[in-house]
Amino acid sequence: MTSRRNFLRSCLAGGAAAASAVLPETACARDTLVRPPEGLGLLYDATLCVGCQACVAACKQANENPAEFTAMDKLWDTPLDTSGHTFNLIKMYRNGTMETKDSELNGFSFMKTSCMHCADPSCVSACPVSAMTKDPVTGVVGYDPDACIGCRYCVAACPFGIPKYQYDSPTGKIGKCELCRHRHKDGHYSACAEVCPTGATLFGRTEDLLAEAKRRLAVKPGEWTTIPRGRLPAKGETPEQAAQWKGLVDQSYQAKVGNYLQHVYGETEYGGTQVLKLSAVNFQKAGLPDLPPKSSAATSETIQHTLYGGLIMPLAVLAGLTWVAKRNVVPEDDEASKNQKGGQS
Amino acid sequence: MSAHHPAAPVGGKLFNLPVMICGLLIAAMFAVLFVRFIFGLGAVTNLNDGYPWGIWVVVDVVIGSAFACGGFSVAMLVYIFNRGHYHPLVRPALLASLFGYTLAGVGVLFDLGRWWNFWHILWPGYANPNSVMFEVAVCISAYITVMWIEFSPVFMEQWGLKVQKQKLEKVLFFFIALGTLLPMMHQSSLGTMLVVMGPQVNPLWQTPIVPLLYLLSAITIGYGIVLFESCIAASAYRREIEMHLLQPMAKIMLGVLAAFLAVRFGDLVVRGALGHALKPSLEAFFFWLEMACFVAPYFIVGTAGARRNPARLFVAGCSIMLGGILLRINGFLIGYDTGLGVDHGWNYFPSIAELLVTLGMFALEVLGYIIITRRFPVLPREGAAH
Repeated sequence: MTSRRNFLRSCLAGGAAAASAVLPETACARDTLVRPPEGLGLLYDATLCVGCQACVAACKQANENPAEFTAMDKLWDTPLDTSGHTFNLIKMYRNGTMETKDSELNGFSFMKTSCMHCADPSCVSACPVSAMTKDPVTGVVGYDPDACIGCRYCVAACPFGIPKYQYDSPTGKIGKCELCRHRHKDGHYSACAEVCPTGATLFGRTEDLLAEAKRRLAVKPGEWTTIPRGRLPAKGETPEQAAQWKGLVDQSYQAKVGNYLQHVYGETEYGGTQVLKLSAVNFQKAGLPDLPPKSSAATSETIQHTLYGGLIMPLAVLAGLTWVAKRNVVPEDDEASKNQKGGQS
Repeated sequence: MSAHHPAAPVGGKLFNLPVMICGLLIAAMFAVLFVRFIFGLGAVTNLNDGYPWGIWVVVDVVIGSAFACGGFSVAMLVYIFNRGHYHPLVRPALLASLFGYTLAGVGVLFDLGRWWNFWHILWPGYANPNSVMFEVAVCISAYITVMWIEFSPVFMEQWGLKVQKQKLEKVLFFFIALGTLLPMMHQSSLGTMLVVMGPQVNPLWQTPIVPLLYLLSAITIGYGIVLFESCIAASAYRREIEMHLLQPMAKIMLGVLAAFLAVRFGDLVVRGALGHALKPSLEAFFFWLEMACFVAPYFIVGTAGARRNPARLFVAGCSIMLGGILLRINGFLIGYDTGLGVDHGWNYFPSIAELLVTLGMFALEVLGYIIITRRFPVLPREGAAH
């Protein structure tokens, strides 16, 4: 009867391992991460965008990316989507006669496509070798090709479809917007915001950008208001702090406020992103995913840490399995031990 | 513990038709890989920005390693649940697992865009314990090592290393325990890899209990593959089929399958995701196909009488394997869409070159299985089976 008792015991051991997989969120649960207080980002206002693609060209130049030709004559850079060599692109929503800008019906609208710099990025959680990292101060989601193994789990994980791999190269890297962090030390902020003629893309601290976005949403559509361009000064910024950035402090101008949807995209999606967006056209129609406030990274890491936190569960199961296996494994030519165990078959 | 049936080399010629075919397929694979390593992934694969993972990941690694669960499933039966009479199935199942996993491990390298950095995944300075893929990689690497240790008595027997074999067998129980734990860990994690992809994976396959689904299905596939392999090996080597073992094992397989199906449907009902299966879509079609493959074994080998028929056991094994393939392909390719709310028109279907590499990997497994079973004591000695 030894075998039946062993069978039941081992069922328990196996059962414990299986049950661990369905445990509800317990003490190991990891909440969705929030934006760092000094985090940097962009505010994109689709109603101000004129679709000039100056930001696309500036991005290519700042990141030393080659042109991508999709037209027959190969006269200029015509990427069809963001790619391993295109980190920023202005896309267009079109409907019917396309008469009116920022109208869902018979209208059109622009939408910027680039990294959202999530508060709780899926790519960072997915990356097995820490090639994708989130800067604890600026919150910039950066990429390190020297660490990367090219598994492309980040590409699969990102709900915005942002990290992209360079399939055309035997030593391909992942390409994505890093908010021009390599230019920050020279006092340059994101190239797309630096060149934007209308202030549709604005660089700054995400908290200040969020306040600016809410200010615009509060103004009655069609009324005139001041629109900053380039960089939005941080709230309570000292002249010393301002001096670290090149360019004119005040490039603002007067413009009419658009007929916004009352939603700042990126305020709560996946726990918030550091790039925020305003639009008069439905965000999903303009190509942005509808995301819950809880990040997938939080769900994934909660499961992962519930199962493997401190390796307690695996070690406990291993101890049980070892105990059972020690009783059941008989060296093949050890007759004495075989007889001792009673050898039923 | 039962009396062990001694294993013995099958013997016979190594140069025959199946070996030649395997050799040809392997040569074709190397030709494709040469191009891949000189010109990049884009030169030979149909991978694109919408589908960063193709069959090299989903078939060679995710499905390949599940197919290699025979060793784990049978070892668990024999050593953990103390069903010693299944012992003759251990070595052949372990051998197939050994090749399945070792090649899944090697196959990953072909797909890595920056393969020369592959060691980073096991290096403390780079490792990211939050990453599900990190866990999978560590467990699979450890499991491959453990399996070679578990299998090494076969080589020691053949080469007459009696002392070393005795020493190893004193501690083998620990490796067997480890060899049961590690696949449980990473087979569940292969499912967890989907979780971080969030709403990009269809709700029919995106669930927080996906680790349990992948674990249960891997165990079931393990038994299915043993049915499949035993029948193939018996027919290819013109040996008697081990029906007295396969019959009761098929019954156990149906039990685990029932647990899997209960969890699968229970989860869909609790999450209210079953509606997605009723829409007229490609995803729904493949969902029902997957379900059909998992339910079919009850009709094929549901009765004791039906289980006495080797052909039925073989078909049931194939059906389970197909169900396992579909569960994984559905989650990672068919139910995966990075459409971002609007249709980007991303499509993926493997290129001929990609298929050749996957075929070549399978050929490598078959070739290894043939060579080792013919020259080393893996399969039970003919005549000692009863």
